[in-house]
Amino acid sequence: MRNFKKVLSIALASAMAMALLSGCANGSNDSDASANDSAQTETGADNTQTETGADNTEAAESNNEASGADSEAAGGEVFKIGAIGPATGGAAVYGLAVQNGADLAIKEINEAGGINGVMIEYNFQDDELDNEKSVNAYNTLKDWGMQMLVGTTTSGCCIAVAAETKNDNMFQLTPSGSAVDILKDNDNVFQVCFTDPNQGIGAAEYIGANSVASKVAVIYDSSDVYSSGIYEKFAQEAANQPFEIVSAEAFTADNKTDFSVQLQKAKDAGAELVFLPIYYTEASLILTQANGMGYEPKFFGCDGLDGILNVENFDTALAEGVMLLTPFAADAEDEATKAFVSAYEAAYGDTPNQFAADAYDAVYIIKAAIEKSGAAPTDSVSDICEKLKAAMPELSVNGLTGEAMTWDTDGAVNKAPKAMEIVNGNYSLIQ
Amino acid sequence: MKTDKIKLNKNFRENILTYGIVILAYIVIQIMIGTGNISSLMQGLLVPLCTYVILAVSLNLTVGILGELSLGHAGFMCVGAFAGAFFSKCMKDVITVGLLRFILAILIGGICAALIGFLIGMPVLRLKGDYLAIVTLAFGEIIKNVVNVLYIGKDSKGIHFSMKDSLSLGLEEEGEVIINGAQGITGTPKDSTFTIGIILILLTLFIVLNLINSRDGRAIMSIRDNLIAAESIGINVTKYKLMAFSVSAALAGVAGVLYSHNLNSLMATPKNFGYNMSIMILVFVVLGGIGNIRGSMIAAVVLTLLPELLRGLNNYRMLIYAIVLIIMMLFNWSPKLIELRKRFSPKRLLKKTREVQ
Repeated sequence: MRNFKKVLSIALASAMAMALLSGCANGSNDSDASANDSAQTETGADNTQTETGADNTEAAESNNEASGADSEAAGGEVFKIGAIGPATGGAAVYGLAVQNGADLAIKEINEAGGINGVMIEYNFQDDELDNEKSVNAYNTLKDWGMQMLVGTTTSGCCIAVAAETKNDNMFQLTPSGSAVDILKDNDNVFQVCFTDPNQGIGAAEYIGANSVASKVAVIYDSSDVYSSGIYEKFAQEAANQPFEIVSAEAFTADNKTDFSVQLQKAKDAGAELVFLPIYYTEASLILTQANGMGYEPKFFGCDGLDGILNVENFDTALAEGVMLLTPFAADAEDEATKAFVSAYEAAYGDTPNQFAADAYDAVYIIKAAIEKSGAAPTDSVSDICEKLKAAMPELSVNGLTGEAMTWDTDGAVNKAPKAMEIVNGNYSLIQ
Repeated sequence: MKTDKIKLNKNFRENILTYGIVILAYIVIQIMIGTGNISSLMQGLLVPLCTYVILAVSLNLTVGILGELSLGHAGFMCVGAFAGAFFSKCMKDVITVGLLRFILAILIGGICAALIGFLIGMPVLRLKGDYLAIVTLAFGEIIKNVVNVLYIGKDSKGIHFSMKDSLSLGLEEEGEVIINGAQGITGTPKDSTFTIGIILILLTLFIVLNLINSRDGRAIMSIRDNLIAAESIGINVTKYKLMAFSVSAALAGVAGVLYSHNLNSLMATPKNFGYNMSIMILVFVVLGGIGNIRGSMIAAVVLTLLPELLRGLNNYRMLIYAIVLIIMMLFNWSPKLIELRKRFSPKRLLKKTREVQ
């Protein structure tokens, strides 16, 4: 019994010690990490991780430690960029993509000598797709000394965090938070992706202008900000277009495995095209079930559909002919995309999706904005924000997700949407 | 007579200790804020901590005092959160005094949640044990899902309501959608502060502790201990059950208002108002001790802080959190460990040394 108590007390003590350690991790970042990495300052510390990069969590962890070491070495002469997204739970795919995409861009910039010769430190925090946790993650990053935020990944959390960044006047560039409310009243927040209304209107205009179909059905996720946001604008714009919406059926996050009812309604209404403003996981199920019931309309989606070809156990032949509006496709033939995809695959062992590309672009946009405005790492968070805010509308950035991206003062991005069609198991651009 | 007096004193002492802990925590935190010794993370966590403490105390009233297992507590929190946030958003321009608006929002949130609690309680409290747990679970989910299809907008003509989508509200150009279905309420004024949170905790404690030690409270506990005996001495079982259940729901609603006014965007997701949250609150109660108000407060604080403090461990924190939770449960409730703890408790060791002397 005495032994058991000893074991228990050791276990409890270690748990407590861990909690204590992690509590003040930002202040006294592991001294052994700085000892290990002291030889390889700044750039070196980041390079070493490319080899071990296959394991995301490990890479991120050692990255955090290494970045802590950097700050001690450089004494404040670094830009600190934070990122937030869901790294656990159902939406982890998106958060991890953002984490890796931004990580890759920052490594590249640091290797090339940083921004105006100043290195970047990077820290990613998990928000579990919860608004409250997202604010906690933001506060954690603030304690770490973040100067600019690449985040958050998802719309809902982004609205909550944007209110906080507005309060602190911290520069925020969201790679993939697409809701309009993110930008409303928040002049410090900018977007890399299209806003939901733009996607909805863009899709409706595209279908109308190219007369893809005359009867359209919509299946959307009413519990998702992204999906219902696009649907609303699509429905509004559809009134001005030469097609009619014959059925609009919703599903929710709790009930997203069986779509036979929605598909049957679309079929009975005689829809020639089914518009899917949803994410690819559910879309793959819809395609499979439509095939099962012998219903073969044209499917049309937005950027959430990007990644459908990588779904496990999904017969990609079913996705043949699916059209989607997305700013990024991993199979595109241009040099920048090719280089990004191969570097990403080498580092993280996974094909990048649109979220990774958005985050990658976001870091380069911040770089361009800093270079334009001449913000220095010694400036206060608020000063950096003011300088970047002034610089953003004057920028024109060529990125993976768009040529010559420009920004309005309210934070929305202007870039041309790209329509893709899946042909022979590959995304191909529709001219 | 004398024993009665001692017992009363003991009760009184216990209650003072509970209030004292809260006030002491408040003073310590205020000093830390004043001297700038507090991280942004901790500062951001203060209001959520108050929210969860109130939730834990209020659920303890149902689970510990009334003795019924309720798994729908997050549903009442959801009602309070949305009612409060809806009121604040509507009145944002009318009542500009933040504090007054917030107090009214708290009252409205609490009353709405109590009403829903009363309505749900009437059919549900006829059931016992597992059946009650299952039905409350279902009601919690129903509340969340109903909120998810609510669309309410406001324009010069008044309030519009729909359960289809925001387009069918038929708003005028300058109209404003207040509750936008699954997208919830955005732009709730940030009225929640730590001070108000602490005051609400104290109020909650005052209500719950006084109820427990009152004639009504003893009646409620007698129902818990033996239903038939309670009925046989003429206690109105339905009335007391409903009373405890509605008070508990009202307090959860208050916690919901506090929650919604701390975040700019409020959505009813499975994460914050689903059964996960109900179970989470139940874990606070069970870990802190069923019927033990002070214990559930401490458990709520520890379990809310733990995942945030473990952030340094990245994705391993989920694992560590679960392990710590299991260890804490065992430590608190395993009979063998209780025996062990008793053997090595400081009180006993002290006694032993005294005996030796």
